[in-house]
Amino acid sequence: MRFDYNTQHRDSFALLRHTDQRIAYGLLVAALLVLPWIASKFFVGELTYVFILCIASLGLMVLTGYTGQVSLGHAAFLAVGAYAHAWMLSKGVPLLVSLPLSGLLCAAFGVALGVPAIRVSGLYLAMVTLAFSVIATHVIGHWASVTGGFTGLAVSEPMIAGVALGGPKAFYFLCLALLVLVLIGLLNLLRSGLGRAFLGVRDSEAAAYSLGIPVSRVKVTAFALSAGVTGLAGALFAHHTKYLTPDAFTLILSMELVLMVVIGGLGSLRGALLGAILISLLPTLISRIKPMLPDQLAKQFGLETFIFGLILALFVLFEPMGINGRWLKLRALVETFPLYRRDTFKRSKRYMKSERYK
Amino acid sequence: MNASAQVFAQLTVNGIAVGAIYALVALGLVLTYKATEVLNFAHGDLLAVSAFTAWGLITVVGLSFWWALAATVAIAALLAYGMDALIIRRIAGQPQFAGVMLTIALAFMLRGLISMGFGPESRNYPTPWTGQTTHVGGVAIANLQLVIVGMSLAVTAVLLLFFRSTRLGVAMQAASQNQLAAYLTGVRVKRVNSLVWALAGATAAVAGVLLAPITLVDVTLWFVVLKALAALVLGGFGSIAGAIVGGLLIGLIEQYAGVYLPDGSKDIVAYVVLIGVLIVRPHGLLGEAHGKRV
Repeated sequence: MRFDYNTQHRDSFALLRHTDQRIAYGLLVAALLVLPWIASKFFVGELTYVFILCIASLGLMVLTGYTGQVSLGHAAFLAVGAYAHAWMLSKGVPLLVSLPLSGLLCAAFGVALGVPAIRVSGLYLAMVTLAFSVIATHVIGHWASVTGGFTGLAVSEPMIAGVALGGPKAFYFLCLALLVLVLIGLLNLLRSGLGRAFLGVRDSEAAAYSLGIPVSRVKVTAFALSAGVTGLAGALFAHHTKYLTPDAFTLILSMELVLMVVIGGLGSLRGALLGAILISLLPTLISRIKPMLPDQLAKQFGLETFIFGLILALFVLFEPMGINGRWLKLRALVETFPLYRRDTFKRSKRYMKSERYK
Repeated sequence: MNASAQVFAQLTVNGIAVGAIYALVALGLVLTYKATEVLNFAHGDLLAVSAFTAWGLITVVGLSFWWALAATVAIAALLAYGMDALIIRRIAGQPQFAGVMLTIALAFMLRGLISMGFGPESRNYPTPWTGQTTHVGGVAIANLQLVIVGMSLAVTAVLLLFFRSTRLGVAMQAASQNQLAAYLTGVRVKRVNSLVWALAGATAAVAGVLLAPITLVDVTLWFVVLKALAALVLGGFGSIAGAIVGGLLIGLIEQYAGVYLPDGSKDIVAYVVLIGVLIVRPHGLLGEAHGKRV
């Protein structure tokens, strides 16, 4: 067991409080910094993609995990960010202006969707966002003058102050830097007053309202923030795919984003990152395992979809806290050894409030 | 009859036929939602499984259409019963989001299994009415469309009768209104809920077997569940009559949008309706207004 012993006021503000944490995260950062010189080009590319999805997953986590608003259509924001960025680049806007602008534009879209959408909650909100996502894909497909329609839109190479960042290494560092920026920003924001308001709205709207939290405004803010962060990821996504078509942003991508936050563990940024890493590497992993499987099974179309579903089902049934929950349990086991009791994390039976009349 | 009126009549006929399918799918969603408060996102994949099963039974095994329909209904009902009894039941009492995620997971698994079993190509199978049309006052009505509307009406009528006048049907209503009270009066709530799922599976099978000859037997058949959601919301969530009315309306709106609205709006008009209705009138046309308990 470890007890915090603060000697200064600012000690309690530190994000990393203990020496072992600082060492562990320092090693992680160092490893990520030298990796591009050690690992293969393919692996660096994969990792860049993981970073991009991590940002998107963080965006959704703010909305679903912290504010409790389900969104089954976040791929739409990814698409808006990607297309806005690609369009602005083609008009000659520099990258460092275009990136934040596409994030801001997405945040505006988030407000536009959030203002009407917060009138409904729960299942209805899930359906509204789902419908929004389908509509967005169709509009992008038919608005050919800006988006290139179904034939697609080529994305110009990323350049900062005349220096091309097209190579895998430079782009890797751009994505890593933005991921760290977003992560630290969110970590700080979520422990500010606004972040606490998010949690309050998630746990009980009535209680939050009675404590003077402007519930609707907080919800719309969460929508805007989430959409903005996801839009930023979309802009990077545009550079990753290099060629945008509406087919890249279907419901399947939205579902994968939801999968990331649920499997990672709702209500924790670490969960969002872990979930994004697992889900984005899963297809590569499956294709690696395939040669080992019997031919009959390996050649099958749809194995991937099945495994995605299976993993999600197992997590919902057996570990609703996600990978993050499993991690916390493991840590508690190590830290309190040999005092760990299984019942520490035993879930008390919770019953949902029925929407039926009683 | 002048040309534009004829077009309108033709669209109305098509809209009612497609709408009848949407209504059947929406009906299945309402059944499971009322019984277990789980919105079954796997319903569309259940429908796709049924279509593939019917294809296998008709073209590979060589059964006649009616026998294939009966067998498919039985298989889908069994599958849905198993889904509730073995999987969905475990999350009873958890937040609604868990139900959404679990049914989405099941949907992915069913979709994966279909792709693994049948491959990516689409198929078709003959029905006794393929290629036959009836002409009524210059409007061509495919006999298949008549059968679809007739079957949907029949399924709805049978269900209404079943809920009103059989012991099991009344027990289902009781269990859906208040589980504890139903349990205390001797209703086996768990089994009854699974039976409702089986019933929903059966309606999905009927819808799938009828829908597949119009479109194609394909994994993407599950998309119909999204249209059915729009129908449900339009009609009023949780009401059987609302599901029917909403389904027919969405079918009609879609057909009219295809001709009278700009190109490409046919595919999204259902979703625009969904968002619009939820924002303007969240309880739909026929639904009861729900106050939320704190």
